[in-house]
Amino acid sequence: MIRYTVGRLVSLCLSLIVASMVIFTVVEVVPGDPAAYMLGVNARPDTVAALRAELGLDVPKIERYLDWTAGMLQGDFGRSYTYRTPVSQMILDRMVVSLPLALLALALTVIIAFPAGIYAASRRGKLGDAGVMGATQLGVAVPNFWFAMILVLVFAVHLRWVSAGGFPGWGNGIWPGIKALILPAVALALPQAAILARVMRSSLLDMLGEDFIRTARAKGLSRRQALWRHAVRNALIPVLTIIGLQFSFLLAGGIVIEQIFYLPGLGRLIFQAISARDLIVVESVVMLLVGLVIIVNFAVDLAYALVDPRLRIRA
Amino acid sequence: MKRLTTLMLAGSTALFAGAAYAQHTHVNVAMQLEPPNLDPTTGAAQAIDSVVYSNIYEGLTRFMSDGSVVPGLAESWDISEDGLTYTFHLRDGVTFHDGTTMDAEDVKFTLDRARAEDSTNAQKALFANIAEVTVIDPLTVQITLSAPTGALLFNLAWGDAVIVAPESIGDAATHPIGTGAFMFEDWVQGDHINIARNPNYWGTPAVLDSATFRFISDPTAAFAALMAEDVDVFVGYPAPENIPQFEADPRFQVLVGNTEGETILAMNNAREPFDNPLVRQAVAHAIDRQAVIDGAMYGLGTPIGTHFAPHNPDYVDLTGLSNYDPERSRALLAEAGLPDGFTTTLNLPPPSYARRGGEIIAAQLRAVGIQTEINNQEWAQWLETTFRGRDFGLTIVSHTEPMDINIYANPEYYFQYNNPDFQALMTTLNETTDPARRTELLQQAQTIIAEDYVNAYLFELAVPTIARAGIEGLWLNQPTAAIDLTAVSWP
Repeated sequence: MIRYTVGRLVSLCLSLIVASMVIFTVVEVVPGDPAAYMLGVNARPDTVAALRAELGLDVPKIERYLDWTAGMLQGDFGRSYTYRTPVSQMILDRMVVSLPLALLALALTVIIAFPAGIYAASRRGKLGDAGVMGATQLGVAVPNFWFAMILVLVFAVHLRWVSAGGFPGWGNGIWPGIKALILPAVALALPQAAILARVMRSSLLDMLGEDFIRTARAKGLSRRQALWRHAVRNALIPVLTIIGLQFSFLLAGGIVIEQIFYLPGLGRLIFQAISARDLIVVESVVMLLVGLVIIVNFAVDLAYALVDPRLRIRA
Repeated sequence: MKRLTTLMLAGSTALFAGAAYAQHTHVNVAMQLEPPNLDPTTGAAQAIDSVVYSNIYEGLTRFMSDGSVVPGLAESWDISEDGLTYTFHLRDGVTFHDGTTMDAEDVKFTLDRARAEDSTNAQKALFANIAEVTVIDPLTVQITLSAPTGALLFNLAWGDAVIVAPESIGDAATHPIGTGAFMFEDWVQGDHINIARNPNYWGTPAVLDSATFRFISDPTAAFAALMAEDVDVFVGYPAPENIPQFEADPRFQVLVGNTEGETILAMNNAREPFDNPLVRQAVAHAIDRQAVIDGAMYGLGTPIGTHFAPHNPDYVDLTGLSNYDPERSRALLAEAGLPDGFTTTLNLPPPSYARRGGEIIAAQLRAVGIQTEINNQEWAQWLETTFRGRDFGLTIVSHTEPMDINIYANPEYYFQYNNPDFQALMTTLNETTDPARRTELLQQAQTIIAEDYVNAYLFELAVPTIARAGIEGLWLNQPTAAIDLTAVSWP
């Protein structure tokens, strides 16, 4: 187990280093000088040079890469070129919107997908199954930004139950904050719930064909009891893997939804930073998201090894 | 009974009006882009000026909505006979929001900082002719020029020339401290900026208690935010296609104003075949301006025939020189030795005037035999390759700086127009302070660049503002980027 863990840890570090190199190169190689962008078309060359010096853009790229990575190891992501504030503070400010949004969306995904998937599996081939499958087909096909617009038109413009967008902050209490996140969370969750429900259903159906279910039925359990006591628990393993992937997607994938609801989240930060060539913000946020995914995968690898002894031995 | 009803009605109306008035001391203003920081003396982003100009920061002079320049922090000024010395008399009793006094030292600090060697002022050229700034006494400051500068009072009205204090400039990017009728309150980056009335303002105080700026870039979200009444005013509304819907809705008013944005199809005058004036003229005649305005801007915009704002009193209508005439265009191409046309690049920055307009213009050019290869570019990329690298054949861009015809005097400027006569004319203009003579020179300048077909001049960019019915005091036009809330009030 120790050898396995060390092996995974080495591969984690290598992934992080390679990721940081790829991100830095890709972001820096695209033409567009942040200082020239900030100063616009009337700026004189000496002004641009002065701003480049002020922002530290005049040092060689290799040196900037090393500064950036060394800073990150100490939790310092540098200073945003355009906002002129520490990037780590900006990320924290945006996280308090994006993280609750992702969690809320994930909770909705699970709340919708589990019952739907289990119901469809238990009614396999019947009308209920066909209904759920049709609905999930639609859920996968509908783009979430379009669905978001429909939600806004119905609940904000016509019914006036919630605002069309924006975020009041957590300072005014929990409820106004949650209220502002409900529509975006629903818009994010529905397509994910459709995917997860389908995974849940097929995983359950696989289990229902297994020998141990037949044994359970043979010892006298009803179909329903066998489903709930034995099949669901075993079907959860692939479902949990999907949920892990969906969480990273929800955290990083809110860009479009955050634009539609003008929420001050991570997605909007990346969007603004890319168009303003705020290189250090783009690099740091992308690195953070990549890091999160890599660390989640690492944790999943370890969890597999704990569950499945064969993995430990093979490593 | 009837009288009683009337009384009750009157009473309830009064009550209702009273309640509405009590509530309506705040306004939610939306704009498309969020300012990157709040220091107008370094960044070029228009969004900075939209929030801070006149609200938080003021200059020695200032723009009014109609584009005129009036006294700001300077009450009056004297100009020496030779036009080289300006003596400004400052208003008494002006304080910054942090309580410190605004005096001649601050003016000297501001102007010296803007023109310093290591200055990061985006419009440093505005201050190029200032040789010295001298403090005479706390309320008098003298500016000595190296050459007469007819546009000095105009230059000092820009957002890049607002008066800042040495004590507070360090934090201006995130916490601006000026002299304006509103004070900065807080900024939740990515979401909103709050400002509140300055109780110690030197002039007419603001009517509103406070205001919030929100940033909504998605056109559909902008529509929903207005319809849901989450925002009261949207300046630069991004979806012109649903303006008729707002016009029909009694809850809203629609203001369509002018900007200083001359939108042009710029041609690379130094590159073949655009170095041939006949080819440039052919391009100009190939374009149907009204079709571009209708197709790309949903009818918003005024056709222009030269690089000058049509609402300016000195404007000359020269659209006739480049009227839509594809036959003429083909004849001109043949005369230039290109009877079969040619192929060139058309670089398009992100705004819809360029992207939507570009498609229409490409089709119009194709009709006379000019094939274009369209490259969509992000702003940073456009600045580096098209603007600074001058690697383009054609590009579409709106020049939003006020009174910027002098860019045609710089042969290094991206479209690379090199005409010594025009350059001499601009030097004369700079040295002229007599208004009548300036008008004459400006009109000459407009005619020269129109007759040389330097670029194809398309239209003056319009700015649609959607506001709740009854809100008054908003700027109709945008002579400079500004959402001046100092006179805004609810009914």
